[in-house]
Amino acid sequence: MSQSTTNRRGAAFYLLATFFALFVIFLYGPMLMIFILSFQGPTGGLTFPMRGVSTHWFHDLWTSSRYGDLGGAFRRSLVLGGLSLAITAVVCLFAGLAFRRRFWGAGPIFYLSIVSLVVPGILLGLGISQLFQLLGLRLAWWLSGLGAHLSWTLPFGLLIMFAVLNRFDGSWEEAARDAGASPRQVLSYVTVPILFPGLIAVALFGFTLSYDEMPRSLLTVGAKNTLPIEISNMTTNVTTPALYAIGTVTSAVSFLVIATAFITIAIVQKRRARAKGKSA
Amino acid sequence: MSGRSSPSGGSLAPYLQVAPLAFLMITMVGIPLLTVVLLSFWEFDGIAVYPAFTWANYKEVLSSPVTLSLFLSTLKYALMTLIATTVVGFTCSYFLVFHVRDLRVQIALFLLCTIPFWTSNVIRMVSWIPFLGREGLFNSLLMQAGIIDQPLDILLYSDFAVVLTYIHLFTLFMIVPIFNSMAKINPNLIEAARDAGASGWQILWGVIVPLSKTGIALGSIFVVTLVMGDFFVVRVMSGGQSASVVSAMKNNIDQLYYPVASAMAVLLIIVVLLMVTAILRVVDIRSELAR
Repeated sequence: MSQSTTNRRGAAFYLLATFFALFVIFLYGPMLMIFILSFQGPTGGLTFPMRGVSTHWFHDLWTSSRYGDLGGAFRRSLVLGGLSLAITAVVCLFAGLAFRRRFWGAGPIFYLSIVSLVVPGILLGLGISQLFQLLGLRLAWWLSGLGAHLSWTLPFGLLIMFAVLNRFDGSWEEAARDAGASPRQVLSYVTVPILFPGLIAVALFGFTLSYDEMPRSLLTVGAKNTLPIEISNMTTNVTTPALYAIGTVTSAVSFLVIATAFITIAIVQKRRARAKGKSA
Repeated sequence: MSGRSSPSGGSLAPYLQVAPLAFLMITMVGIPLLTVVLLSFWEFDGIAVYPAFTWANYKEVLSSPVTLSLFLSTLKYALMTLIATTVVGFTCSYFLVFHVRDLRVQIALFLLCTIPFWTSNVIRMVSWIPFLGREGLFNSLLMQAGIIDQPLDILLYSDFAVVLTYIHLFTLFMIVPIFNSMAKINPNLIEAARDAGASGWQILWGVIVPLSKTGIALGSIFVVTLVMGDFFVVRVMSGGQSASVVSAMKNNIDQLYYPVASAMAVLLIIVVLLMVTAILRVVDIRSELAR
């Protein structure tokens, strides 16, 4: 950077930087506070001051029966998240590839996906649950619940796939085909490896959006609840720091998944940069 | 099949590739929404639902004075949230795109803004309770500073808390699209404006704001639909004092008044679609996205 004249930071920079910093504090501050408060001592309450530091409320979550079936809900949410991850990644990969070409019905399917994004979740849940009832099917978290989650994760996955494919050069596939690769070989040796970081992003959305989904699940999971539903029930019934403890646990899972996704993408990119450096 | 005449030579491949998505979208979005519409015309005698064609549910919803006030209060929330998130989202994106020069720092700070999106909304909402409550951090700070002698009651379980939570939850839906539009602005344009003698404000209003319109419109669609579709934040953060269209709908569902709830849902969808269309009238998103 040799433009020394434009390099000086003006007052506007500091003003905007302060605004941005305040926004980040606004974004993370409250969350940080409940993480701290979840380590309240056994006699502590929902707000500061801290009355000692303990893991009492985490133990309370597992041992007390007051909070319903938290363990089961947690397991179901993880399974649903995993299923959504896999299905979203695969379905959106192929759908994204399909949308590169013109085909009959492309518009309606795209608009249906957008409608699914903007329609209130509980309303769609009502529709799915009533549809199941009309068909005489029983609501179950692994069927109607999963379907409701997919109605939320797939449109996001599709939009990300569009962004990823926007930067994808189709001539790589062309070259592979010219070299005699079968469609399956093109897909597994060329397309998927190149798109891999984008697919991880799609998978990240698939898991986290499902894992935290509440409004669409409410009417569709049937008799057995998912974790976000249990937690939202707790917000009205539980007046101890156990509420914060479950918040800390579920956020830790989310952050672990986000970190795993970011690190995997970073490793892939670094490896590519190194490979490029070698070949140059 | 019109697919045969497609420019890429008419293979079946795209149909097979899109089939799973199409199947899931039709069975889990299309048909369920039609079910809601269908249900809104069915008869309800207080115990069970019967197939029929009646306008009674709509009459009930539309003749109730509560409906209008529900829609108005929901629109009020949407508007307040929209204004706040637009200002905050625009300012943050502007800072990131035009004031952070190192691309890696820019991406890192951008991700910092988006990470909460992948965590639980319920928990993010709950996390305001220890801050805003009567004995919460904010009140005790104000008391210690001697600004107030009595804890403020309007912080938690009020409209203020509802809108604050909305801003907290939904601002990133504004930041991401605005950031995207701003990042596409050619720096030469700004340079040219500066060379032509434009001041900082003139560049902002004359160049950057118009070119960020697509992002603002996309963000607005997200924010408006998210606020209009919420029932949980408004219920918990207002302490049950305020209601929105969907929270009233949720009450109807809890009492098994499915047809009435469906009629309300259909009205809500119509209002939301009108708002989205209005936003799309102002900005042609599709042509801008194709750029």
